[in-house]
Amino acid sequence: MKNNWWKALAVVLLLYTAVAGLLVPVPRLAILNETIRNLYFHVPMWFGMTFILIASVIYSIRYLRNPTPELDIRSHEAARTGILMGCVGLATGSIWAKYTWGTWWTNDPKLNGAAIAMLIYGAYLVLRSSFTDEQQRARISAIYNIFAFATAMPLFYILPRLTDSLHPGAGGNPAFAKYDLDDNMRLVFYPAVIGWTLLAFWLAQVASRIALLKQKVYEKQLA
Amino acid sequence: MKNSLLKLRSAFLLLAALLLPVLHAAAQAGTDSPEMADALRQNGKIYVVVAVIAVVLAGLLAFLISLDRKVGRLEKELKD
Repeated sequence: MKNNWWKALAVVLLLYTAVAGLLVPVPRLAILNETIRNLYFHVPMWFGMTFILIASVIYSIRYLRNPTPELDIRSHEAARTGILMGCVGLATGSIWAKYTWGTWWTNDPKLNGAAIAMLIYGAYLVLRSSFTDEQQRARISAIYNIFAFATAMPLFYILPRLTDSLHPGAGGNPAFAKYDLDDNMRLVFYPAVIGWTLLAFWLAQVASRIALLKQKVYEKQLA
Repeated sequence: MKNSLLKLRSAFLLLAALLLPVLHAAAQAGTDSPEMADALRQNGKIYVVVAVIAVVLAGLLAFLISLDRKVGRLEKELKD
């Protein structure tokens, strides 16, 4: 239990986000209206995705330096969790766009960049499943993972800022400007980001432990 | 007497002329400001929504905790 304090923190922060996210006053802004509260749920998906993908890339680098099946499994499960969060982020963003910008999707650099980045990570899953040899699969997917990360992050965070964009945090439109976030919102937004990120790590950890157990059972059967 | 009454009346009219646009603007601010779910908050129904979301989230998290524990037990079993 002493190593699981962060899971308890995740539970507390997520419950706080659900309650405070709906009850704490928000700025009255035209067009956004109450949907501004989506900030506590849509944006943390991308934060969580970014952090878990960083973890995945670290495991990949560690795998290439010291090839053990455990590092490969942890890298893979972290990437899968990151892809899940990215897909949820795309879906929630699309819903939000429909009711504020009036369309499910627009050819905005931020949106297209995120979509391309998710496709790059989708190719990671396809690539991984196309190998039968375990070591080959682990090595090549670790290398691809590093390239995918290096390509995806500029698509998320750099390229959209270079052109005009509807999306906050792009096109020289800072995501954390004072008109986006007032002090009340920060009180909920930062705990929400931490809570959802911890949840991503929790899911990845449980998934990795199950995969590791599966592998252990398989080895015992062979022995 | 009549003169002072007239002065009072004109002073009142001036005050009203100055104040009315302000009152009007204040009333306008109420209707012009972006529409929020104020009624949902005033009648307290928002707490029903919050309670439902909190219960759903708590249930899912409880499931994740029990899953975590099950995996932990399996790990222990497989160790020996």
